[in-house]
Amino acid sequence: MEIGPYLMLASLEGAVTAAVLALTAVGLSLVFGVMRVVNVAHGEFFMLGAVLAWWITSLIGGHPALGFAVALLVVPVLVGLLAAAADMTVLKRVAYDPERTIVATIGILYILQQVTLMTYGADARPVEPPFNTRLALPWVEFVGGKLQLYWPWGLSTTSYKLAVIGAAAGVLLGVWWGMTRTKVGLLMRATQMDRDMALAFGIPVERVYALVFGLGAGLAAMAAVLIVPIQQAHYLMGGDPLLLSFIVVIIGGLGSLPGTVVAAILIGLSDGIISVFFSPTLAKILATLLVALVLVFRPQGLFGVRRA
Amino acid sequence: MTNDSGKPSTTTRRGALKTLAAGAGAASLPLWARYAQAQTSEPIRIGFQVHRTGIGAAYGRWYDRTTTAAVDMINAAGGINGRMVEILAEDDGTDPKRGAEVVEKFANQHNCDIGFGTLFSHVVIGSAPRAGELKLPYFVVSEGHHVASGMLNRYTLQPGITDVKSQVQAMAPFVSQNLGKKVTMIFPDFAFGHDHRDYFTAAIQEQGGEVVAQIAIPPTETSFTKYFPKIPRETEVVYHVMVGPAVLTFVKELGEFFGPSRPEMFGFIDSLEAVDMASPGLEFLEGTYFWEGNPRYAQTDQSEYDKLYRTAVGVDENGASVGDPKDISTYAHMFGCWETLYVIKAGMEAAGYQGPADRAKLIEAVEAITDMPHSNEHPQGTKLFNGKTHQVFGPQYISRVTDGKLIVVHTTSIEDTMYPDEVDYTTQPL
Repeated sequence: MEIGPYLMLASLEGAVTAAVLALTAVGLSLVFGVMRVVNVAHGEFFMLGAVLAWWITSLIGGHPALGFAVALLVVPVLVGLLAAAADMTVLKRVAYDPERTIVATIGILYILQQVTLMTYGADARPVEPPFNTRLALPWVEFVGGKLQLYWPWGLSTTSYKLAVIGAAAGVLLGVWWGMTRTKVGLLMRATQMDRDMALAFGIPVERVYALVFGLGAGLAAMAAVLIVPIQQAHYLMGGDPLLLSFIVVIIGGLGSLPGTVVAAILIGLSDGIISVFFSPTLAKILATLLVALVLVFRPQGLFGVRRA
Repeated sequence: MTNDSGKPSTTTRRGALKTLAAGAGAASLPLWARYAQAQTSEPIRIGFQVHRTGIGAAYGRWYDRTTTAAVDMINAAGGINGRMVEILAEDDGTDPKRGAEVVEKFANQHNCDIGFGTLFSHVVIGSAPRAGELKLPYFVVSEGHHVASGMLNRYTLQPGITDVKSQVQAMAPFVSQNLGKKVTMIFPDFAFGHDHRDYFTAAIQEQGGEVVAQIAIPPTETSFTKYFPKIPRETEVVYHVMVGPAVLTFVKELGEFFGPSRPEMFGFIDSLEAVDMASPGLEFLEGTYFWEGNPRYAQTDQSEYDKLYRTAVGVDENGASVGDPKDISTYAHMFGCWETLYVIKAGMEAAGYQGPADRAKLIEAVEAITDMPHSNEHPQGTKLFNGKTHQVFGPQYISRVTDGKLIVVHTTSIEDTMYPDEVDYTTQPL
């Protein structure tokens, strides 16, 4: 394949990765930003989203779009409720102590993963996309000094992949709007800035925490519902999103939403392009190297604010 | 990347204490208290190393069902040397390190007579050295060339399934004569895939063809489109073989990549084992070819033996579970468990096997086996065992996707799959 179409295909693939990654990482970043909790179980909430999406779509039957629509609405709420319950029963009991929450969320990780293995099983299962048309993409070439369009072999995407990018962008806008323009967002930001002062002003910090933890997990679940028709639901699928989300959040700056989105696009696109031109392993190596460089030279992340 | 992070711990403190207590209790009993009739009524214990979890889980489930069916049938017919067969299954998580631990448990904890049933090549390679050290006969059902290549040891045998080298060697003439000379290979990036890469590349060159690109994909990968632009434009045939939980995604994305203008395709059914051929997105496979170790769909000339085997395991004529038409079997591989168990039975009977002291005799008895006729014991076809290389040879099937079903169009002979010996394990001490 020539370099031009090659690059375009790589960017399209990278954009899908970036879209899903942005959603997942924003969830992680939100939880850290507001609660100062490093949620190691985040990838498992992602996995749970995919598995529940399979469950709901296979329960409903009929046209694949119907089951998928229900899954898209119901699954993030279910996972969010589960996460909020985990927050109230586990994280609250360890008083949100940073070290102990890490250990606690590792525990939640294993519980979720193994319960899924025991109930859903070790198989990867597909979810049918609501719509999926292959879109061949044209490229330009010079023939006899004149510009003309042609359709190179393999340069294509699917309508569903484009929809994933669109949907992720929509949800992210919604999160941004919610955080900056609504009362709930205001409460979250107040809690983020100073927990004790917020408490003194009568903000129900504990409820805000449960809400934020649920919201973070819900975003991961939403990302998983979007990606599951492209990939498949599998009980071990939470590992990669967790690692990549951490990479994105560290590069973007913990707790910074715009930073997280920019870093997700950076990592997603570079992963797509480097994987296509060189190898996927190199893409992971470079992303990890970037994390190391950021930690050394700009520990607060690209968009983070240095805290005293 | 972190797929192996979620393994349940195999030992707990309480479990360890229980085992210790049980062990102490058992040791304090006089030996005669356990089996009054000495060896005669004690079951033969076969340690079954099964991929219950991890990337080989779908295979593991069906290897388990096939093994259970074969053992039921053997026991119903009177067992081995008059003793019942007992299966002790242990999950290895499709993980080489745990594989070695499982082998160790078979030998030291479960007091198994033999180990059996491992499929994934990296797990075999990780486990076999330990089996050799423990002098535990280790019957693998793996397809990898590592047994016949001489990489392993005298205690490791593969008498129930053919190896990749012989499979691809038999496929190369068909590919070059019927599909094209310029081949791009896509394979999983571990031992099994490397066998494909090395031996098919050599075999197609012998046929006057060439491999124009080799694309290795990690078996834990979940998204594949990014690899496909490396397929050169001049490619006439795409040769694909993939394993792992995401095989359906792999084949679907291959179809989406090519759209209506695909080249010829030749796949190993591994790319679609345990996957429904009627899954949405697989329509493009119509007219493509697959290697099958054993035809998934009952063919018009189905043998009596296949009929019996299929019924015993609980597989319908479309290769799915009788109870659930969506639960597709790993039909091209799992016959290996059935046939291996019957080889073990034949070996133990020839050796007059009584207990672990006769393990060396068992190895020698299996090494002495040569012909295995097409029968209820060998439903996949007539086989020839090479005692020197510890590897069996047998027929291979090439099927074409016709109306969404795999129809056999060519069956290779055993001779097509033979190659010169690379090792003589019988010269190694027992």
